[in-house]
Amino acid sequence: MIDIDVHKDWGSFTLDVKLHHESGILGLLGASGCGKSKTLQCIAGIEKPDAGKVVVGARTLFDSGRHINVPVPQRRVGYLFQHYALFPNMTVEDNIRCGVRSASSKADARRQVRSMMERLNLTGLEKQKPAELSGGQQQRVALARILVNEPDILLLDEPFSALDSYLKEKVMTELKDLLRQFPKDVVLVTHSRDEAYQLCQSIAVLDDGRVSACAPTKELFADPQSRVAAVLTGCKNIVAARKAGPTAVFIPSWQITLQTGRPVGDDLCAIGIRGHAFCGGDGENARPIVVTEEIEQPFEWIVKFRYAHQEGGTPDIWWRFAKPDRPAVLPDCLTVDGQAILLLYR
Amino acid sequence: MDWYPLWNSLRIAAISCVLVFFSGIALAYYVARLPRVLKGLLDVVLTLPLVLPPTVCGWLLLLVFGLKHPVGIFLNDVGIRFVMTWYGGVLASAVVAFPLMYRTARGAFESFDETLAWSGKTLGLSDTFIFWHIRMPYCKQGIIAGTVLAFARALGEYGATSMLIGYIPKNTATISTTVYQLWRTNDEYSAFIWVLVNIAISAVVLLTVNLFEKRSRERRRLA
Repeated sequence: MIDIDVHKDWGSFTLDVKLHHESGILGLLGASGCGKSKTLQCIAGIEKPDAGKVVVGARTLFDSGRHINVPVPQRRVGYLFQHYALFPNMTVEDNIRCGVRSASSKADARRQVRSMMERLNLTGLEKQKPAELSGGQQQRVALARILVNEPDILLLDEPFSALDSYLKEKVMTELKDLLRQFPKDVVLVTHSRDEAYQLCQSIAVLDDGRVSACAPTKELFADPQSRVAAVLTGCKNIVAARKAGPTAVFIPSWQITLQTGRPVGDDLCAIGIRGHAFCGGDGENARPIVVTEEIEQPFEWIVKFRYAHQEGGTPDIWWRFAKPDRPAVLPDCLTVDGQAILLLYR
Repeated sequence: MDWYPLWNSLRIAAISCVLVFFSGIALAYYVARLPRVLKGLLDVVLTLPLVLPPTVCGWLLLLVFGLKHPVGIFLNDVGIRFVMTWYGGVLASAVVAFPLMYRTARGAFESFDETLAWSGKTLGLSDTFIFWHIRMPYCKQGIIAGTVLAFARALGEYGATSMLIGYIPKNTATISTTVYQLWRTNDEYSAFIWVLVNIAISAVVLLTVNLFEKRSRERRRLA
């Protein structure tokens, strides 16, 4: 269980984060500079909030009202830094040994290090220096050092940002397996919706120092509710809209009305349509379009188009589909399932 | 040939180098984490001996430790006299060499990646352990370079030394004061030998510095 309510003012930036998370992996998703790393640092005690509290499990780590501020070394947080922060002057073995929290003897510490290295598939690298390892190995060493430290919570700060893209997928699967065995809470900071989607049970979207949405992952992707969450979950087409009927929305800049197939709230301010949601053919939402640009990618096509009466100066709309799905002739009419239209209220 | 000045110079330089090593590192470490205004102020004070003429340093030292001034009188009463003693030379060289150690160490500490210290703290490591096993090894190159430079400076100190401890053969004579004395008494030949000794020592020191710089460059390239 994690309960966070922290406030800190840096003058140019204010962090005001309230979060409650029952169990499993919580993702903090946000653009750079939104305060997600700062939130992690508040949990770890690296940053001291001006006010608020931080509770992890049954332990209160910080509470400004009760003057509690547990020193960093006693917080028992496993912090995986963005670039892993391995001690460059020490061998892999010594790095991990630094993490051993409680050992009855030197032999016991060595045993712990060895079994953790086996568990993380690091055997054979004992005498190497961090600079000699690949990015994935460095991450595993950092994780071994953290896990041998018996933390109450894992804090992962952009764990894949230092990796090449081809390594990323592999390391992500490994980390997923490892995290499944970790019985306690995990907070993962990321700017990537793919990482968040694959690894996290719940996601909190951070925007300008505040939590703008917090929901179970699948729910958040299906119904992001806010513009910020829609953008961060990867929705390309977001446009101002207003209610045009119990289950209809009018989009002024596209000059069309679309059926949503479900009730629309009065305070609707925008809609989002994912690039994959469009398809050719008939339907109640079929409208004539003009294709403006085709972009070929390794496995899919991105077709940019405009509605027939779309206002000038407004951005093109993205339609993406897998390469085998490409029709012989691009349609001159596109439709979208009403259920797939994201209704955004903020 | 009387080799006393060589031995005295080495002794003065070595002891002042040890003093400067610890005080320079300690002050560099604490000043680096002070608030900006205080840091700027202390930085000026601690670096001043580097830019002041050594004779000014000597004069200031005499102002404090001279036998006509309260501190000097008090110390003399308890049996410590910095004026005209060889260990007065330690004081003079230490003061002049201090800024070299302090500044290089501070530069090294400032280049330290603080996330390493934070990661050590989250693992429950003590500040002492982090300082000696993570921070110091990381800053090793800079600290060694600072130590060598401070040693070289202490070895070559003339101005402050000559003002504070003068020149007494077989007592306070150092290489640099001896060279001056020999030149003054027209003993060109002996002066020349001491100059050669001095050049030899300085060359070794500089070669050592270069060696360390080269090694640290290579290490950076590897990392």
